[in-house]
Amino acid sequence: MSAQPATQSRDEPAISARDLTRRFGKLTAVDHVTLDIPRARIYGFLGPNGSGKSTTIRMLCGLLRPTSGECTVLGHPVPRDAEKLRRKVGYMTQKFSLWEDLTVGENLDFMSRIFGLSNGERDQRIDERLAEYRLADRRDQRAGTMSGGQKQRLALAAATLHNPELLLLDEPTSAVDPQSRRDFWESLFDLVERGTTILVSTHYMDEAERCHGLAILDAGRLVAEGAPRQLMDRIDAIVMEVEANDVRAARHALDGQSFVKSVAQLGNRLHALLAVDVPDPERRVRDLLQQQRVQGTVERVRASLEDVFVAATGFRSNGDEGKQ
Amino acid sequence: MLDRIRAIALKEVRQLRRDRLTFGMIVGIPLIQMLMFGYAINYDVRGLAAAVADEAQTSMSRALVSDMEATGVIRVREHASSVTDLRRRLQSGDVTVGIYIPPDFERRRIDRDRPLAQLLVDGSEPTVENIARVFTAMPLPSRSGIYSTAQPMFEVRTEYNPEKRTAVQIVPALIGVILSMTMMMFTAVAIVRERERGNLELLITTPASSFELMIGKLLPYVLIGLIQTTLILLLGSLLFNVPVNGGLGGLYLAALLFIAATLSLGLFASTIAQTQMQAFQMSFFVLLPSILLSGFVFPFEGMPRLAQWIAQLLPLTHFIELVRGIVLRGAGLGDLLVPIYKLIAFTAVALGVVTLRFHKSLD
Repeated sequence: MSAQPATQSRDEPAISARDLTRRFGKLTAVDHVTLDIPRARIYGFLGPNGSGKSTTIRMLCGLLRPTSGECTVLGHPVPRDAEKLRRKVGYMTQKFSLWEDLTVGENLDFMSRIFGLSNGERDQRIDERLAEYRLADRRDQRAGTMSGGQKQRLALAAATLHNPELLLLDEPTSAVDPQSRRDFWESLFDLVERGTTILVSTHYMDEAERCHGLAILDAGRLVAEGAPRQLMDRIDAIVMEVEANDVRAARHALDGQSFVKSVAQLGNRLHALLAVDVPDPERRVRDLLQQQRVQGTVERVRASLEDVFVAATGFRSNGDEGKQ
Repeated sequence: MLDRIRAIALKEVRQLRRDRLTFGMIVGIPLIQMLMFGYAINYDVRGLAAAVADEAQTSMSRALVSDMEATGVIRVREHASSVTDLRRRLQSGDVTVGIYIPPDFERRRIDRDRPLAQLLVDGSEPTVENIARVFTAMPLPSRSGIYSTAQPMFEVRTEYNPEKRTAVQIVPALIGVILSMTMMMFTAVAIVRERERGNLELLITTPASSFELMIGKLLPYVLIGLIQTTLILLLGSLLFNVPVNGGLGGLYLAALLFIAATLSLGLFASTIAQTQMQAFQMSFFVLLPSILLSGFVFPFEGMPRLAQWIAQLLPLTHFIELVRGIVLRGAGLGDLLVPIYKLIAFTAVALGVVTLRFHKSLD
């Protein structure tokens, strides 16, 4: 939708970061993150709280200065040329950051003036967004009195008023119900269709799975990167599904074994991640269960994104933590 | 750029209109302060409670006491039996003035080498002592024929406020006090609130520059300041008959300069404070010395050097000089260039510091 700058080719990444690092005092919030984010795609940052997702996004839009490393956003080096980016980037924070004491219409009117839309453009654009995000009948309602999902639609409407080339969304769905989250992602795909690049951070697996590309962050470091499918295929573990009547006992049987890296319960099933170099893993798990007299079936399965996430972040906290 | 400034100012006005408390404070603070200060602050203390220990008990000693009462400054409430008794009553706070007339009162009157009587004054209250001094200048009781013939050295004429009404001194300066109180607090809080609620983080990522953000946010408060000034002048004239001897144009220009100075101080506070509570505390930190050192309460010339230097850093000091000159002495702006320059310099320095500190980033 937005015109591409002449100097930019379609293939050049929308965002490229090299060894991006940010320290707050002794804490390293972002630790040498290097990544390239392609245009017209949804790229996700997946990670627990405090993994550096927000800090990275803030550095990319010039809100925070990197301690070291560099990044280029839409061809502009940041933070040096951050001001030139302002008209091309839309930003949505975790917290609702429009004005709760203004109405929906007033908020959109204010933001469109701030983005310098002309008088004619403004009314048309606001009407379009109100219709698109189902807010037309709430035009005169104060933003503070709306539900989480409505506020989030308003925030997205405001962030896209100036048709940005790039949308930076920092945990946009943390305060909304599942239905609203689904609707929200439909809107994001509509935007991508029109050529917008979207960077979104989340800690929901289902959301992460919908991204074209994904970076898993943990304690400020990029621990895995790729398309969700790719990540699941390439997982650095054997995923064993155990179905048992007594799930707690089964879990007890597996816990503490050196080749079992992690065990997670899903209803009456267990997902056990095993080291890749274990010979005949199915039999070893069966043996362990039998020793504890637990009845159950054992089956090697495809990794889910959650398994990938645990493999990428959990191993570190189980293994490496002791060394630090 | 102008469009954006207008958009920010308009948004601010819309929010102000909906914030009932702040809106009420804009009108309420001047109104209440005006009534409180105008009626309550009174340097001409009258009717101080007094106790008398008259150990002479002559007709002259009684005449002395009734003469003192006739001035209206004291009201004799109690009679004490001795000096010790007098002291006790003073200490307990029952009375603030004690009059001791010694047994040899008549002798002292004739010898005239020692004071006739003693006045015990409660020094724990700031202005009472000044008032009690009135009596030391009183002529001796006249009925016995031994008249005090001492001629006063000076005749005092109080220019610009011949009736010595406190309200006339207080009200013009009150414009400054009220503006200091509200302007700095409103701006600091308005900006810090946006930071607290996350609005600022969003605004930083828009094309709005720091300059546009600051000016757009301040403009509505300039208007509010002028409204408050008008309100105080009107009330002062209606309730306390305070005249405006100088030009209104000059007065509003002075008010505008002062508003600019306090707003930039508020901006500066907002670059330091992280929460609205801190912004409140900081404005009080400035307000108290402003009231005490600016010459609003105590005469500026009487203060020690250090206090005078500190007072020079407070915009209120210069504004009070300006406003008293214009309103009471009928001076023109040309006569008051020094405080005008000082206010401009203050604003320039404060805005300079703010621009250095107000980055468009979160670091």
